[in-house]
Amino acid sequence: MSTMMEQSTQTAHSDASPPLLSLNGIHKAFGGIVAIEELSLDLHPGEIVALVGDNGAGKSTLVKIISGVHRPTAGTIRLEGRETSFADASAARAHGIEVVYQDLALADQQTVYMNMFLGRELTHGPLRLLDRRRMIKDTEALVQELDVRIPSVRATIRDLSGGQRQGVAIARATRWASKLVLLDEPTAALGVAETAKVEKLILALKARNIAILIISHSLDQVFRLSDRICVLRRGQQIGIRRTSETDKNETVSMITGLH
Amino acid sequence: MSITERGSQGARATTAEHETGRTKVSSVWSRLQLQNGIVYLGFIAIFIFFAVMLHDDGFLTTRNLTNIVLQTAPATIMAIGLVFALSAGEIDLSFGSTTAVAALCAAMAMQTMPALVGVFAGLGVGIAIGAFNGAMVAWLKLPSFLVTLATMGLFAGVARTLTDLRSIPVINDTFTGMFGSGDLFGVPSLVWWTIGAVAAGHIIFRHTPFGAHVLATGDNPRAAQVSGIKVPRIRFLVLTICGACAGLAGLLYAGRLQAAKYTLGESDLMIVIAAVIVGGTALNGGKGAIIGALVGSLLMGMLNNGLILMGLGVSDQMIVRGLIILLAVAISLRDINR
Ligand SMILES: Nc1ncnc2c1ncn2[C@@H]1O[C@H](COP(=O)(O)OP(=O)(O)OP(=O)(O)O)[C@@H](O)[C@H]1O
Ligand SMILES: [Mg+2]
Repeated sequence: MSTMMEQSTQTAHSDASPPLLSLNGIHKAFGGIVAIEELSLDLHPGEIVALVGDNGAGKSTLVKIISGVHRPTAGTIRLEGRETSFADASAARAHGIEVVYQDLALADQQTVYMNMFLGRELTHGPLRLLDRRRMIKDTEALVQELDVRIPSVRATIRDLSGGQRQGVAIARATRWASKLVLLDEPTAALGVAETAKVEKLILALKARNIAILIISHSLDQVFRLSDRICVLRRGQQIGIRRTSETDKNETVSMITGLH
Repeated sequence: MSITERGSQGARATTAEHETGRTKVSSVWSRLQLQNGIVYLGFIAIFIFFAVMLHDDGFLTTRNLTNIVLQTAPATIMAIGLVFALSAGEIDLSFGSTTAVAALCAAMAMQTMPALVGVFAGLGVGIAIGAFNGAMVAWLKLPSFLVTLATMGLFAGVARTLTDLRSIPVINDTFTGMFGSGDLFGVPSLVWWTIGAVAAGHIIFRHTPFGAHVLATGDNPRAAQVSGIKVPRIRFLVLTICGACAGLAGLLYAGRLQAAKYTLGESDLMIVIAAVIVGGTALNGGKGAIIGALVGSLLMGMLNNGLILMGLGVSDQMIVRGLIILLAVAISLRDINR
């Protein structure tokens, strides 16, 4: 019965706009460990989908599959209707998919602006030398626009607080995303004010018609932000609910399996 | 439960945000590249010490000071390669042996063939050994410490068998002029090689995307990888650069000594590693300095020179040098890990 509901939740939305990303029958095993049993999910432009589930449910694994870090053991990924298989993370990035990883994936001893442009450094002249001045200027403008409070874009990541680092990682995703942003627990280390700021950033991405998949352990946040909620439990897809049509009690029982 | 736990973490993060004053200062420091200040201070202190102590022994003469620069040229070149390797989170222990093999190959080639062939032979052998190390590390995923420990021994053996422990004379004037006794505009060729290699190394390291990728790879390989940097390729290239630098160092040895022997580069391992670490390069990746390595290398050369002028015997020199290096490395690492 819950499968029926899932179907209807998926199709109901696809009527409005074609899905940007379509996951079908995704299965992932690491050797003998099955991280994801079977998962199907559509992501639409301008939509926020929350991925919830307890520790080890397989959430980060799904993010890494979408971003090209892991290859699914079975199942298909369609981007704008075309079946795709990203060879690595840069292939996904080339398609406008950005990720804020759980561990942030920042180079700690490098500066904020170098992290912002890591792997896509701006260069000038025939020798293609680093254009530090332009990278600094761009990063300063971005950080200001997004209200990420850091002492300087020349500061090294190691000298920033946990919240500031998270701000840098999100700013980087915002800077480069054109279609889809995957956020793996983006506010896990943040205080109340910083969390509110990050949520504002996420809503701004939504307003830019970017699709968003957010992993969060905070149900309050999930209900504040998301349009739909996808629940995973030990690699099983338990169901997808429209946020307006469910409540925390139901979500909690879906996550835990207790009634 | 996990949510309250995270809440308190967040609170810590917020208070840390107010400590921006301290961070501001340290960012200015890093901008001015004064983090390696210790090497410059050490250099000046030891220079003054020797200048006073050894004034009557000719330490301060132009001849002696030039000599220091000439003698450290091969070590400086090797140090440049090592900065790339260490910054990328790898290490090369084999550059000393590579230097000897490269010098021997160049010398052997020039017994019958022109200087240019010798140059290509020396550099080619260096690059080939470096590429071999790099391939083992990058694609067979073996730790560079073990790979280069093995090739260090392997090529030390090759250097011995190649010539039956004999030394090969280099009598090609073009070659010895270019890599040894010659000069250009009154400046010795070894100084030119040092300047050229340091300049090229510095520009590549500090001012190209490749240099940034080397640092990112050593800093956080996973972050580098998800940022689209081809991490194995970087690992391969830094070890190849080490080999190329060792090859060039071999040419400089052969040119200056007008001979090649299996012992060349043998005693450079400790000195070069010390020079690089003292110069502000992190042993575990993510941070490096080419100019710092040059100053570190000059410091080691000055130490060597000063201890000899002080009349210390070989074994006493080794003990004092070991102690000073230990002290210098301890001070500079404390600075880095702050
Ligand atoms: N590279 C890997 N190799 C082997 N097993 C893995 C790997 N990555 C994840 N797993 C396993 O897959 C399962 C799901 O892990 P995943 O990181 O996706 O969980 P998660 O839902 O993100 O949990 P959390 O909330 O703690 O972040 C776990 O059992 C984990 O041990
Ligand atoms: Mg996770």
